[in-house]
Amino acid sequence: MKNRSLVSISDYTIEEQLKILELAAEFEKNPRQKILEKHVVASLFFEPSTRTRLSFESAASQLSAKIVGFSEAGTSSVSKGESLKDTILTVSNYSDIIVMRHPREGSALYADEVAPVPIINAGDGAHQHPTQTLLDMYSIMKTQGRLDNLNIAFVGDLKYGRTVHSLVMALCQFNTTFHLVSPVFLKLPSYVKQHIKDKNLTYHQYTEMNDVIPRTDILYMTRIQKERFSDPIEYERVKDAYILRLAMLENAKKNMKVLHPLPRVNEIDGDVDSSPQAYYFQQAKNGVFVRMALLASILGVVK
Amino acid sequence: MEERKELKVNAIENGTVIDHIPTQSVFQVINMLSLNECENQILFGTNLESKKFGKKGIIKVSNRFFDPDAVNKIALVAPSATLIEIKNYKVTEKKVVSIPEKVNKFVKCVNPNCITNHEDVVTKFTVTDKQDVKLQCLYCEKTTARGNFTFV
Repeated sequence: MKNRSLVSISDYTIEEQLKILELAAEFEKNPRQKILEKHVVASLFFEPSTRTRLSFESAASQLSAKIVGFSEAGTSSVSKGESLKDTILTVSNYSDIIVMRHPREGSALYADEVAPVPIINAGDGAHQHPTQTLLDMYSIMKTQGRLDNLNIAFVGDLKYGRTVHSLVMALCQFNTTFHLVSPVFLKLPSYVKQHIKDKNLTYHQYTEMNDVIPRTDILYMTRIQKERFSDPIEYERVKDAYILRLAMLENAKKNMKVLHPLPRVNEIDGDVDSSPQAYYFQQAKNGVFVRMALLASILGVVK
Repeated sequence: MEERKELKVNAIENGTVIDHIPTQSVFQVINMLSLNECENQILFGTNLESKKFGKKGIIKVSNRFFDPDAVNKIALVAPSATLIEIKNYKVTEKKVVSIPEKVNKFVKCVNPNCITNHEDVVTKFTVTDKQDVKLQCLYCEKTTARGNFTFV
């Protein structure tokens, strides 16, 4: 994957995606390595995303890379009206790889077209966030020992969640059975469901999660934003149905894990944190190993 | 008495006739080809009778012949159009327009948050539906349908 940008998860073949997960497991065993000492990583966050930025910067730091960049557009030349193209071309002179978060959809592909150095897309608007997908896949692989033949439940806002769409698409590469739990008007978009059908896989739709919990291997929780509801009464009526509480996990499978892309608000009750099923903080930690694997393979220090 | 076929739009000596344009798309074709800035003689008609389409539009441009790029562009709003090249009042060539596989630079992406609407980026689309003319943006992957076309 040397010098290969990661703009969209589909830029990498399934074998390459699995290779990244394998490498991430190696880094998890041995995270502090001085293998990027001679490299400079640019971290360009045109909009704030503290969690993703710190995860990338921690990954780069643990491998001894130098980091340059900015954490929001207001503190960069963008506020003076510089074009994305000019920023990317300039920063390419100072770094070996660019990690970029940008509010516009398609900005990562455009940056990749103009940049002489590889780009890692850390989120381009509501479009793609491939490193989140890879860290979710890594978390599933690690907790279940495989990606094939799993029951995976998604709960919450399945309509607008970019994370959910990308992960569903990625899991369609494996023999996954999907359980989709959401309010009626926040269902998974039909083009994503069509993709599941095209792969001859099965999905089931629900409006409550109770029946799903004993059957699933992964319970992927997402936040339902109040602003999505046109009727506040409707929000009040349904909001509790999508909150996970400790008692609901009684009949969960032993291997079942609860994932969440974070930040959570109230959709997972604090009591759940101490249960053996809670995995979301470990999931965030896994993101660092996946990003180490990406930096090291794209910069060509590991094969 | 011999019935005389009267041309609603006069014949041209040399140039191109764009025929079978959907009547509502005539002005769009004029804009797309920047004919409003063209100094040649141009004749056009809308709501003309057509056996095939009920109503049609036609544009006749003197002394101008269009390259394949421009022809493809016309196909986006007038997929049924024919281009007839005239030399000395005689038809020398007839071209049927066809929707291309890829559309670059002519159309704007419908997504207001697409990078192509904020930076000086040439738009690139893949045609995902030739029947209804749907274009998928290479950058943001959103679909722009014919009804939403704005030309660059």
